[in-house]
Amino acid sequence: MQFKPYAKSLAVALSLAFVAGCSSSGGTQDGALDGTAGSGTGGVAGQGQGMMSGQAGGTSMQAGQQGRIPDVRTIYFDFDSDQIRSEFQSVLTAHAQYLRSNGNARVVLEGHSDERGTREYNMALGERRAQSVERFLTVQGVSPSQFEIVSYGEERPAVRGHSEDAYAQNRRVVFSY
Amino acid sequence: MKRYLTLWLGAILMFVAVQAQADLTIEITRGSDRATPIAIVPFASEGNLSLPEDVAQVISDDLKRSGQFEPLARDSLISRPTRSEDVNYRDWRAVDSDYLVVGEVAQEGGGYRVQYELLDVYGERRMIGEYITSNTEQLRRTAHYISDKIYEAITGVRGAFSTKIAYVTSQGSGDNIRYGLYVADADGRNSQEILSSNQPILSPAWSPDGSKLAYVSFETERPAIYIQELGSSRRVRATSFPGLNSAPAWSPDGRKLAMSLSKDGQPEIYVMDIANRSFQRLTNNSAIDTEPSWSPDGSKLVFTSDRSGGPQLYRYDIASGQAERITFTGNYNARGRYSPDGESMFLVHRSGNGYQIAKQDLETDRLVTLTDSRWDESPSVAPNGSMVIFATQQGNSGVLGAVSADGNASFRLPAAQGDVREPAWSPFLN
Repeated sequence: MQFKPYAKSLAVALSLAFVAGCSSSGGTQDGALDGTAGSGTGGVAGQGQGMMSGQAGGTSMQAGQQGRIPDVRTIYFDFDSDQIRSEFQSVLTAHAQYLRSNGNARVVLEGHSDERGTREYNMALGERRAQSVERFLTVQGVSPSQFEIVSYGEERPAVRGHSEDAYAQNRRVVFSY
Repeated sequence: MKRYLTLWLGAILMFVAVQAQADLTIEITRGSDRATPIAIVPFASEGNLSLPEDVAQVISDDLKRSGQFEPLARDSLISRPTRSEDVNYRDWRAVDSDYLVVGEVAQEGGGYRVQYELLDVYGERRMIGEYITSNTEQLRRTAHYISDKIYEAITGVRGAFSTKIAYVTSQGSGDNIRYGLYVADADGRNSQEILSSNQPILSPAWSPDGSKLAYVSFETERPAIYIQELGSSRRVRATSFPGLNSAPAWSPDGRKLAMSLSKDGQPEIYVMDIANRSFQRLTNNSAIDTEPSWSPDGSKLVFTSDRSGGPQLYRYDIASGQAERITFTGNYNARGRYSPDGESMFLVHRSGNGYQIAKQDLETDRLVTLTDSRWDESPSVAPNGSMVIFATQQGNSGVLGAVSADGNASFRLPAAQGDVREPAWSPFLN
């Protein structure tokens, strides 16, 4: 059931994967990549589903431009996935913008998983999600010195319980400034 | 080198066990129908001593928990002898009891003298017997010792009732969550807090001599591996690299610690020499490599890797430096732990109905599921290989469960409150 929204925005996800894939070859093309990511965002932000996309609305963009830390600081992931979902691109873009224009700002990217599976393996999955966000920020020209990754695995759930809904809210990366 | 000594944090006051207790109780969930019937007669005490422990009851609970024995109910005991010379074997054959335990407790000095005898009902002979002196606090420990002796005399396998378990608790939620690391007797009693933190604690691992625990703590808001002496509460921070510091596992000789570190990008298996702090990297790829477990002879390490897609177990041969995949049943097999004889692995296996504890024979590669709930994880094997303790869920709470290595018997160890998880069964301690 978690896969539906992913399929819907497959095209955007693919372009995002391309962006992420570029990270290893250096992040010098800020302008062009910003443009790509930005146009993707505009198309998808409105299509959201449920509570999470509500959080991922347009206010974060404006906040970033005003030089305030963006309000939306959590993005969510599909089961067993570290792919940035298209509806959260705008959130990441806003944080990238904020971090670029505030060179002294520091953020910890906290990676989390749901409770399914073993704890140490989930610790690694949480780290992968945070690294996925890290790649996005790097490509968008944020200095690596501005962020650090900490994975909590399944140790700090946002919501207790064994429901799919609880799991969906626990698979996340939190921007902790 | 000297610096490492100063790294031993003067944490004695902060971390010494306070009154905090998190005792666990035992609920038998499944008994084995092949259990051996045994009669354990309440131990007599001279002059109606009021004893702090019912020794015969502790022995009876121990043996029942193993799944290999079915102690007779007290009200079906036909007589209450306290010495072998008073026993009429025919009576005990009449109630189908294969074995009989009798004994007594007498006051001696400031403590007690406990005497027991184990009798073979059909052979009409005394198998073992002993006098043990015990102070008041040790009476329960003495009972566990007697359980060990009885278990070994009958099964030929060393008893593990005098061992301990370490486990992690959490209480509260959100910002008010509190994590605790505890050590308790194998029956969940006499729990002592080893560490308390408002940040996660996980992966406790016993040193082979039972004197230390390695674990991961986030108390600095970053994960780090610590080694803590249980007697003194002295401890040292073993690793605090950027990224994951995860899954410590002691080598059988106690000199090395295998672990998963992501300092070079993704989680890889490393072996740290504890004395000189050198690191050897065993894996090198873009996949997750974690959850190492040493073979009992120290020549191999089994670990979890998703290099083939989903998590599966791989076995690394230290001499050749080669790793081979060893699990092929299903698409999720993780956190393998060797049995003490090195002949099988206990692991977490995903089926169509969640995650269970399974056992894989390393000779035949046959995998058998031992448990039946949906969230079973963190298997840890008793030092005699007879049982596996693991973490599971009961309602919305995390509890510990245990299952016999053949899957026939199981019990749970719920806590009065909060969640319990990450059990680690100690080595033999005596």
